[in-house]
Amino acid sequence: MSHVTLDFRLNGTGRTELIAGGETLLSLLRHRLDTTSIKQGCRQGTCGSCTVIVDGEPRLACITLAATCDGCTIETAESLPGPGGLHPLQQAFMDHFAAQCGFCTTGMLMAAKALLAANPSPTREDVVDAISGNICRCTGYQPIIEAVLAAAGAGPSGAGQPGGSRPGVV
Amino acid sequence: MTVGLQTFETLRDASAVVGRDPSARFLGGGTLLVRALNEEAADFSTLLRCTDRVLVEIRASGSRVRIGAGVTMARILASRELAFLHPAARAVGGPAVRAQATVGGNLFAPPPYGDLAAALLALDARVSVQSGYSPRDMPLDEFLRTRDTMVRSIVSGVEVARPRGERSFRFLKVSKVRPKGVSLLTIAARLEDSAGRLSGVRVAYANMGPAPVRAAAVERALEGRRLEPLVVEAAAAAAANGCSPPTDAIASAWYRREVLPVHLSRLLLGVA
Ligand SMILES: Cc1cc2nc3c(=O)[nH]c(=O)nc-3n(C[C@H](O)[C@H](O)[C@H](O)COP(=O)(O)OP(=O)(O)OC[C@H]3O[C@@H](n4cnc5c(N)ncnc54)[C@H](O)[C@@H]3O)c2cc1C
Ligand code: FES
Ligand code: FES
Repeated sequence: MSHVTLDFRLNGTGRTELIAGGETLLSLLRHRLDTTSIKQGCRQGTCGSCTVIVDGEPRLACITLAATCDGCTIETAESLPGPGGLHPLQQAFMDHFAAQCGFCTTGMLMAAKALLAANPSPTREDVVDAISGNICRCTGYQPIIEAVLAAAGAGPSGAGQPGGSRPGVV
Repeated sequence: MTVGLQTFETLRDASAVVGRDPSARFLGGGTLLVRALNEEAADFSTLLRCTDRVLVEIRASGSRVRIGAGVTMARILASRELAFLHPAARAVGGPAVRAQATVGGNLFAPPPYGDLAAALLALDARVSVQSGYSPRDMPLDEFLRTRDTMVRSIVSGVEVARPRGERSFRFLKVSKVRPKGVSLLTIAARLEDSAGRLSGVRVAYANMGPAPVRAAAVERALEGRRLEPLVVEAAAAAAANGCSPPTDAIASAWYRREVLPVHLSRLLLGVA
């Protein structure tokens, strides 16, 4: 069984791990490195609950081989809160009741963060497209869409800066 | 199941291994291969990947564009050269799938997938294939008819001619869920005009057979004619000729045959 060494940055920290060739990013991050914001739902790429950001792009950790992330920068929802408190997206999710059971929430947040980093002023249609790979069984999606639009409206801090400086965010 | 992963620098070396080892598969973005691993449905024990630049290049020269097989849907969407393929690339999954799904993998994707492959087929794409140490080119049409035998080869890229004019290339994915749903059926059509008449017509479907196919009877009904209601009616009457659509969780074969003429007419009349 072949193992390889993987060098990557996880939420700002450099890491080196020994991984099996067929190991998924979900298995490495959630089950071995305890990055439990990444949820394991379908393991088929269909539910989006394992969404992380790899080199700026949203990716599904369950269908990504860890070995393909050598040299990459990986962000998970653990990276969202900054020294100033919640990330504007997290705050907006709270303000708009965009989480109920919460299972989809971290995946939704990462999908939204990737969107706002690429497109700080999205239309409603852009938001719908950005979360179209993420399933929510509780909210009916509207509060999530409202929350993402509100975070975008909060200015550049909504567009991907951890713990941004949005007024009222503590 | 444990799986080994081997990395090669050149296409020739990777293809030599894929050609002689029946348990090896070439790894594109892995959206289908890794899912098969998770489902314990993998019929392979080794994955091969290749860092050859040719796989990730997009090269435009005159009216033709070559797209490396490792180019993802997200990269197509980021390329102005490939604007004519944007509707097809955007139709593939959500943003995270698009960041990973490659052109090469789409040519092998079984129903209900293959949306981009249908678009490339309607553009008369040519495919570059590396089998063992020998490279060759073939029409995508021929590739798709024989694709089961192609898993022992590596696709290095596809080449297409840019369609002339925005309205001359049309793409429609019919799905029950918006914006992202699995295809019920997909239609792509190249409808170029020469002195007011259609010339070099190509119409292709995904999900109307085991692999994307050309709709030869529709092409014949349209070729050399004007795109007017009676001609569209004749094309729609021939829409399902030669098709053997699947029955799956999305729709029955019967349903697909019933609705295909309606969607084809809408696409041709520009009201889709
Ligand atoms: C949630 C989800 C939604 C999806 N939605 C869509 C959709 O809407 N439309 C659609 O068309 N598809 C869809 N797909 C299917 C799939 O993601 C795409 O078809 C994609 O383009 C496959 O490419 P890949 O690089 O991920 O393939 P891989 O999984 O890497 O490979 C698939 C097959 O192709 C072979 N292969 C890949 N590249 C090459 C190459 N260069 N040479 C030789 N063989 C190669 C592999 O060996 C394997 O047999 C979806 C998949 C998921 C998981
Ligand atoms: S667990 Fe990855 S998409 Fe569902
Ligand atoms: S909040 Fe329960 S699945 Fe979205």
